[in-house]
Amino acid sequence: MNPLLPFEWITALRFMREGKMQTIFIITAVSIGVAVIVFMSAMLSSLQANFLKRVLTSTSHIQIIRPDQVARPLRLEPGALEAATVQTPSQRVLSIDQWPAIIAQLRQTPGITHVAPAVQGSALVVRGDASRSVSVTAVDAASYFQIVALPDYLVLGQPRLGADDIIIGIELAKDLGATLGDKLTLRSNTAAGRTVTVTGIFDLGNRGANKNNVFLALRSGQALLNLVGGATSIEVTLTDIYAAEDVAQDIHAWSGLQAISWISSNAQFFTAVNAQQTSNTLIRAFVGLSVAFGIASVLVVSVIQRSKDIGILRAMGTSRGKVLRVFLIQGGLLGMAGSIVGAAAGAGALIFWHGYLREPDGSELFPLVLEPSLFLSTLLLAALTGVAAAAVPALQAARLDPVVAIRG
Amino acid sequence: MENICKSYNLGTPVEVEVLHEIDLTLERGEFVALIGPSGSGKSTLLNIIGLLDRPTKGRLFVEGHETSTLDDAALTRLRGHSIGFVFQYHYLISAFTALENVMMPILADRGFPDAAMRQRAHDLLGQVGLSPWANNLATNMSGGQQQRVAIARALAMNPALILADEPTGNLDTKSADQVFQMMREVNRANGTTFLLVTHSPELAKRCDRIVEVVDGRITPAGP
Repeated sequence: MNPLLPFEWITALRFMREGKMQTIFIITAVSIGVAVIVFMSAMLSSLQANFLKRVLTSTSHIQIIRPDQVARPLRLEPGALEAATVQTPSQRVLSIDQWPAIIAQLRQTPGITHVAPAVQGSALVVRGDASRSVSVTAVDAASYFQIVALPDYLVLGQPRLGADDIIIGIELAKDLGATLGDKLTLRSNTAAGRTVTVTGIFDLGNRGANKNNVFLALRSGQALLNLVGGATSIEVTLTDIYAAEDVAQDIHAWSGLQAISWISSNAQFFTAVNAQQTSNTLIRAFVGLSVAFGIASVLVVSVIQRSKDIGILRAMGTSRGKVLRVFLIQGGLLGMAGSIVGAAAGAGALIFWHGYLREPDGSELFPLVLEPSLFLSTLLLAALTGVAAAAVPALQAARLDPVVAIRG
Repeated sequence: MENICKSYNLGTPVEVEVLHEIDLTLERGEFVALIGPSGSGKSTLLNIIGLLDRPTKGRLFVEGHETSTLDDAALTRLRGHSIGFVFQYHYLISAFTALENVMMPILADRGFPDAAMRQRAHDLLGQVGLSPWANNLATNMSGGQQQRVAIARALAMNPALILADEPTGNLDTKSADQVFQMMREVNRANGTTFLLVTHSPELAKRCDRIVEVVDGRITPAGP
């Protein structure tokens, strides 16, 4: 007998050891349940983390743009009826008014980590006989690359944006037959063309983005799009990405500009995540319930099998409370032992899938995210489930009349 | 015991009184046989004396404590400290060794095992002649050996009274005699009071006093 363990623990452990087969079977059943929970939860958080990483390293958390231009029809005198057809105006590429002042104010706002101006518009990129229409993003490299980790996606060249430099996507480079150091001509419909040199080629992991996006220096973009001194958007990153929607609303409130959070621009993703989380919670709940009933049923049988032992323990002066605890501890230990084995099995399965499921190019389909908090919470939850499941059989044991129990 | 009555199915049409106005005193150090035909109320009386059951009427004193006012926890405590049990069947807890079975009442009382507890269990096993079997599981011992371990266990808390419900009823003649001798020796050596339920007139005759229960009443009997 371990001198560090009290009576209840010693008795519970001995009962479990004696009923070895029952103990092994129920621990196996609990393990399978916990493995499913751990595998699903870890897989889900891995996929979410992967998506978030992709989204948040290729876009800002909040994008601030001008409010839409609206037509304001002239009104007749008050009281007169009018039946005007107001045509929606086309949206011209215009700069945000007073953008440096807005950026200065954003930099003072708590919770905002980086702010960068950008000019966005469309242009035609030409090399020899080949030409493609592209979406131009002109940025101040120093501040913008803090927000969008473009340098991390470069497959060739340097993240350098001088006055005549351009960074293009890998698909566009293929289409134009261009590589580092090649000259390209950019033409917009608002200003004269501009010759630029390819200094970098990126791969954002998205064919469309690799084909249609090019990056220029802010001043070059301003000149190309005839917006000298202007900025069409302000990109913002936050310390708390999930506060993006609230911060966006605040910005809209004080600036009057449109502030679009990454949450609202990825609404579909959140719908999918919510659906996944709901189904995951349901599966967890039902697996948890079946684990609880499994433990309870084994302990109910154990109480019946051990009723004479319980009677003897009660006759020799063991209180009802101690008998109750003997069975609660068994429930907790079964839950905990099952969860340790199950968590290991779930993590093992996840590591196997992570190695087995690969993108066509051999890269990982999702990053392996094994959070210690998931294991700790599963362990705790399984132990509590075990204790809760043991409540009924433990009460049954504690209430046993020793006379009846001993007589059998 | 003063005027002890015990009824079952109280307040129902099938109410049955199994013990009627029992008065009984066990003196310290006595070795008493409780005899009577099956169904006479012996076991019920033993359970009431052992604080496992409560009388419907009457007063029961254990070492001067009046028990009718005690709650379940206090009764359990008093039982643990003052009374030891030896049963006919299911002698030991099979998950524990002989030594551990003897330690159990002290462990249940004190909470954590210690060397003194272990030494006391060793001594008691020595007293019943089972030191070499100390680390045997209950299931690996003969009926007689198990019953001797049960006697050692009953003595663990050094109780004033040991209640033995047909302790030899399930043993062969030789083992039964050994077990009886053992109890007699413990009675003489420790001064422990024994109340022994038995169907054997031979064993009853070897006790200090015989109490006979017939139809729920004590009848004058004995040597």
